[in-house]
Amino acid sequence: MQVAKHWRMKAQRYYMGQDGVAPATTTQQNAEDFQFNGRGEIYSYSTVYDAPAGYEGQAPYTVALVKLQEGPLVTAQLTDIDEDELRIGLPVEMTTRKLLTEGEEGMIVYGYKFRPSF
Amino acid sequence: MTVAIVGLGQTSVGEHWDVSLRHLAWQAIERALDDAATTDIDALYVGNMLASKSSHQDHLGALIADYSGLRGVEAVAVDAGEASGAVAMRQAVLAVMSGQIRTALVVGVEKATDQTGSESLSSQSTGLDADYETVHGLTPAAMAGLMMRRYMHENEVGVAEFANFSVNAHANGGKNPLAMFRNRFRAEKFTKAPLVADPVSLFDASPVGDGAAAVVITSQERAMDMVPQPVRVSGSAVATDAFALADRQNPLWLKAVELSSERALRQAGLAIEDVNLFELHDSYTIMSTLALEAMGLADPGRGWKLAAEENILDGRLPMSTFGGLKARGNPLGATGIYQIVEVAHQLRGSAGANQVADVKVGLAQNIGGTGGTAVTHVLQID
Amino acid sequence: MTTLEQNNKDETLLRPVNPVGIVGYGAYVPRYRIEATEISRMWTGGKGGVPIKEKAVNGLDEDVTTMSIEAARNAVNRSQVNPHDIRAVWVGSESHPYAVKPTSTIVAEAIGAVPNTQAADWEFACKAGTEAMQAGIGLVGSGMGKYALSIGMDTAQGRPGDALEYTAAAGGAAIMLGPAAEAAVVINASFSYVSDTPDFWRRAHAQYPSHGDRFTGEPAYFKHVIGASETLMEKMGRTAADYRWVVFHQPNAKFPMRAAKMLGFQPEQYEAGLLSPRIGNTYSGAAMIGLTAILDVAQAGDRILMVSYGSGAGSDAFDLEVTEKIDEIRDRAAKTEDYIARRKLIDYATYARFRDKLKG
Repeated sequence: MQVAKHWRMKAQRYYMGQDGVAPATTTQQNAEDFQFNGRGEIYSYSTVYDAPAGYEGQAPYTVALVKLQEGPLVTAQLTDIDEDELRIGLPVEMTTRKLLTEGEEGMIVYGYKFRPSF
Repeated sequence: MTVAIVGLGQTSVGEHWDVSLRHLAWQAIERALDDAATTDIDALYVGNMLASKSSHQDHLGALIADYSGLRGVEAVAVDAGEASGAVAMRQAVLAVMSGQIRTALVVGVEKATDQTGSESLSSQSTGLDADYETVHGLTPAAMAGLMMRRYMHENEVGVAEFANFSVNAHANGGKNPLAMFRNRFRAEKFTKAPLVADPVSLFDASPVGDGAAAVVITSQERAMDMVPQPVRVSGSAVATDAFALADRQNPLWLKAVELSSERALRQAGLAIEDVNLFELHDSYTIMSTLALEAMGLADPGRGWKLAAEENILDGRLPMSTFGGLKARGNPLGATGIYQIVEVAHQLRGSAGANQVADVKVGLAQNIGGTGGTAVTHVLQID
Repeated sequence: MTTLEQNNKDETLLRPVNPVGIVGYGAYVPRYRIEATEISRMWTGGKGGVPIKEKAVNGLDEDVTTMSIEAARNAVNRSQVNPHDIRAVWVGSESHPYAVKPTSTIVAEAIGAVPNTQAADWEFACKAGTEAMQAGIGLVGSGMGKYALSIGMDTAQGRPGDALEYTAAAGGAAIMLGPAAEAAVVINASFSYVSDTPDFWRRAHAQYPSHGDRFTGEPAYFKHVIGASETLMEKMGRTAADYRWVVFHQPNAKFPMRAAKMLGFQPEQYEAGLLSPRIGNTYSGAAMIGLTAILDVAQAGDRILMVSYGSGAGSDAFDLEVTEKIDEIRDRAAKTEDYIARRKLIDYATYARFRDKLKG
């Protein structure tokens, strides 16, 4: 179980706050208050058929680089999307979902994923 | 001070079910020490990626020194993901160059099969960003998939265009008795291969296996007295880049590859055109493509073309001459040392059926993660 | 007459010291649907009638927490309340992902309401969400806090082959309560009607609920829904004709339609809020998401009667009145019908996988 590790990341995971951004690369003033609006488009994507431990139950699942409207890329899973909808440039929006569950009795880890924009 | 390689050793790459991590390392070390005809070692550098996960074993420096009959020597293990082997080499080179260490032994060892299935895949993913990549279910193949899809989109190329990297790697691997896969590969089958992480298929991806490779290095001056054909390490450079793929200015540009090859060639006083042979990090066909572009061997968007035109034993720039990661196999933290051993064999003329004619300058390049670390070594023979 | 005098006049109804209303609302329905005929194909060879057309199913990565977060974000966006001013985040559900550890703290954190807030999970079968609303009215109406967010959300469990499997669905809504002066909907009064009635339950470690079959009807659902409705209407001096809209707890299509008829309501009064034929029974979310669907189409001045039902058993009834603010807030988030229109049909095998019914 990695309770503290996931807890530490919650601001990042729940609303893509700025936790975890390398201090030396933060150029924006008041960066700690900055929050992305959660909208962007698919920059690239890949559907994973061979899943690592803890993710087998989700396979196949699609991961993506999402280009946020503010500019940066973010790596995340896509959800609520079918194979025939996948294309580079598709508008997507952030949603909070289960990322993984640490077994039957462990912690449930929530975080951002992206889905086709409403 | 110039550093030279005086001993080479390697095991076959594959599923060594009956051999332990330490014994596998020893097999390569024994051969390298025999090759150098010495047991007079001052320091041991170990490159490894998975042992802490797959074998529940850290502290590999002392462990392998002890098992190899080298108790008392200075020893340390180096971690840089899949680039661990070449980074260990770099540390050994620096140590010898400093004059503090006279003769160093470098071993890259991986015992991947102590874990299997999804657990193994989790361990193999630890060279990625745990907080921003792997927590979202990404694996090395998924990262390659993201790069390959974007590359195909930007350059309007299809999956089939990458086939020749694997076809050529297997053609060369077929002649290497130590290779994990020695079967021939037909380009026509490429587009029908089972998907690992779309668009990356089994035919794009290198197979992870167990293996160990070792080299003995010392000063060029001393090397001349030890062996008939010392291989000179004329360039050795490590470079890093934004760790997570999403943080790169351009996810299709391997900045660490560009920097490390520039630095290594500058140390050697050579240009890329002077290179006769290139053992590249063909973990995925897209990684080969991007490395060739970052090194200036191909224009951006054209790296895949070199597979069709050059990547054969008698081409202008032979690559993956013993099968590369794709056919020889990818023993992760040992891969970087395999590449160095293979280039050294080519320079010495001891490459057997895989021998490339007239090789004077060879390059070995090892990449960790999605390019967070890249290591380039220039090897020469006089 | 002052508020206090009004309260003293009749102690049956629940009326806070300070008037309270709905300042924001948000719905959530997951994307997946399974047709009832697909379920009957498994268990009856497709023979016989089905209680609804189809039901909403949560995806593999969804649970009451994630669904509540989205509904809560919609409610926050509609209300434009600063999350730091929300003094309670209460989630009513019978499918909280953890047996011990609140859903509500995760939701509160995700919408930025922490740390100065109440947070707790409510349980009262299908009326846990409206119970959280009653409590929210109390919190805001007493002046303890300016805003309270009450959520009813479920990913309901139905034993394979059981009658409940046709209807047990996923979805719900979040209601932001605040001062009536700022509200899009004023809450004129509410009422709760409960008794010990063992019509439906799930024991502590059971995966699926058990129920009394036909006992769930007359002595359970109808007795409490009709009892709560009649008392509220009588004490408010209203008849069915005084309401533009009505919404009941909707375990299927038949029960709420029959309750409406018994109370003298017409189809045009209940149709907008009757979602169960298209999304199933969202349990704690059912009455509340019916309300959000009504608010998406209601006009200023419309009166609404909302009556929930929870097994065990009890009903919460609310007398609501829409204000002009409704036009301002309606379009600030996705509407209930937008979620219903976002629809992907799945077969029983996929449903079994999504609902973790594959053991073994």
